[in-house]
Amino acid sequence: MDDILIRMEHVEKWYGGFHALKDVNLTVRRGEKIVLCGPSGSGKSTLIRCINHLETIKSGRITVDGTALTDSPQAVDMVRREVGMCFQQFNLFPHKTVLENCMLAPMRVRKLTREAAEATARKYLDRVRIGNQADKYPAQLSGGQQQRVAIARALCMEPKAMLFDEPTSALDPEMVKEVLDTMIGLAHDGMTMICVTHEMGFARQVADRVIFMAEGEIIEEGEPNAFFRNPRHERTRAFLGEILAHH
Amino acid sequence: MPHLGINEITFLAQGLKWTLFLTAIGFCGGIVFGLLVALGRVAQNRALRMAAAGWIAVFQGTPLLMQLFVVFFGLPLLGVNVSAWLAVAIALTAHASAFLGEIWRGAIQAIPKGQSEASHALGLHYRSRMFDIILPQALKISLPATVGFLVQLLKGTSLAAIVGFIELTRAGQIVSNQTYQPLFVFGLVGVLYFMMCWPLSYWGRRMETRLSQDPR
Ligand SMILES: Nc1ncnc2c1ncn2[C@@H]1O[C@H](COP(=O)(O)OP(=O)(O)O)[C@@H](O)[C@H]1O
Ligand SMILES: [Mg+2]
Repeated sequence: MDDILIRMEHVEKWYGGFHALKDVNLTVRRGEKIVLCGPSGSGKSTLIRCINHLETIKSGRITVDGTALTDSPQAVDMVRREVGMCFQQFNLFPHKTVLENCMLAPMRVRKLTREAAEATARKYLDRVRIGNQADKYPAQLSGGQQQRVAIARALCMEPKAMLFDEPTSALDPEMVKEVLDTMIGLAHDGMTMICVTHEMGFARQVADRVIFMAEGEIIEEGEPNAFFRNPRHERTRAFLGEILAHH
Repeated sequence: MPHLGINEITFLAQGLKWTLFLTAIGFCGGIVFGLLVALGRVAQNRALRMAAAGWIAVFQGTPLLMQLFVVFFGLPLLGVNVSAWLAVAIALTAHASAFLGEIWRGAIQAIPKGQSEASHALGLHYRSRMFDIILPQALKISLPATVGFLVQLLKGTSLAAIVGFIELTRAGQIVSNQTYQPLFVFGLVGVLYFMMCWPLSYWGRRMETRLSQDPR
C-alpha cells in the first residue's frame, strides 16, 4: 500500500481573475498530522477545500488514497467517502438531532442500516464525549459541543483523513480546549489530519509538519520545533511574531 | 327581515364546495409543479434555470384572469379539447406553480451555503442534499409565505366564474339576482370567504412569529 495518502502536485486555483493557489505541492503520509497556517486570505481554506472537491482546480493533480481526483462523479464520491471535514461554522443540520446528524451520511452514502448507523453514531458521539446529548438539536448545544458533534458526524463515515478549517476560530475562548482535546485524541489514534489553525500550542503538541502559506503559495514548511524556533523566511517570522503576540 | 330558502342555501353551499375544490386542485398541483419550478430555478443547468425563470415571469407578470382565458379558449384552438374544469385546474396549477416556485426559490437560496457544503463534504448526493437537508429547512421558513399565497389563491378562484364555473362568488351573484337581496347575499358570501381566509392568515402569522423565535 502506498504510504502517501494525499498528494497535491502543481495545483493551480483561480477564482475568476484571482490567482488563489500558486503551484501548490503537498504530500501527506498516512497518519501524518499537518498544521496549515498563514495570514487571512492566503489560501488555506481554498487548499483544503480542493482536496475534497468543494473547489475545482484549474490545473495540477490531486490524488487521494491512490485515486486521482478528477471532475468525474465517481472520483469525487470516492474521495468524499474517505475524507472528512470540519468547518469553522460547524455547519450542523439544524433541523436534525445530534444523532440524526451523525446517522444520515452513513445511511445514504455507505448504505448502512438504521441500526448499524445508530450504533456507529453512538460510538463516535461517546468518543467525542457528547453521547448524552444525542437527542438534542444543535441549537441547544454550546459552540464547543456543536463542533465536537461535527467531528463525530465526520468520523461516522470512518474516513481515512480529516480536514479541519479553523475549527476553533468561531468558539468562545473557554470552549477552545474541549475541541482541541478531541482533536488531540484523534491524532493519538492515528488519524491523518490537515488542520488549518492558529493554535500554535496544538501545532507543537501534535503536528508532524507545520506549513506556512502566504498569497496562495506554500512559503515554508518544517517540523514544529524547527519551524517555531528559527523560521527561515521573513514573512513567516513576521506572521509568527504577530500571532504569538496575541496568545 | 332578509331570508333565503333552502334551495338558495343549497345553491350557495354548492358554490362554496367548488371554491374549496378549485383551491385544493390549484394548491396541490401548485405544490408538485412549484417544487419542480423551484428546483429548476436553482439548478446547475443554465437552460433549466432560464426555463423556470421564464415560467415564473410569465405567470407572475400576467393576470390570473387572462391565464384562465388562454387555457380555456386557447387550448381548443390548438386542437386540445378541455372541459371547463380541466381548463381551470390547469390554469390554477400553472399559476400556483409559478408563485410557489418563486417563494421556495427564495427560501432555498436563504439556506446558508454551509449546509450544502457540509452535505457535499459528507458525500451526500443531490437527492439527499435536497430532500434531507435543504428543502425541509427551506419549506419551513417559507411556510408563512406559502399560506399567504394559499389565501390569495382561494380568493382568486372567484375568477373561474368567467369560464362558466358556479363557485361561491358566482353562486352569490345568481342567488342575489333571484332574491333581490344583494346586500344580504353578498354580505353572506363575504362572511364565508372571511371565515376561510382569516383563520389561514392568522395561522400564517402565528407561524411567522413562532419561526422567528424557534432557534432550530
Ligand atoms: N468563492 C470565492 N470567490 C472569489 N474569491 C474567493 C472565493 N473564496 C476565496 N476567495 C479569495 O481567495 C483568497 C483565499 O481565500 P481563503 O482560501 O478563504 O483564505 P484563508 O482561508 O487563508 O483565509 C482570498 O483572497 C479570498 O478573498
Ligand atoms: Mg479560511
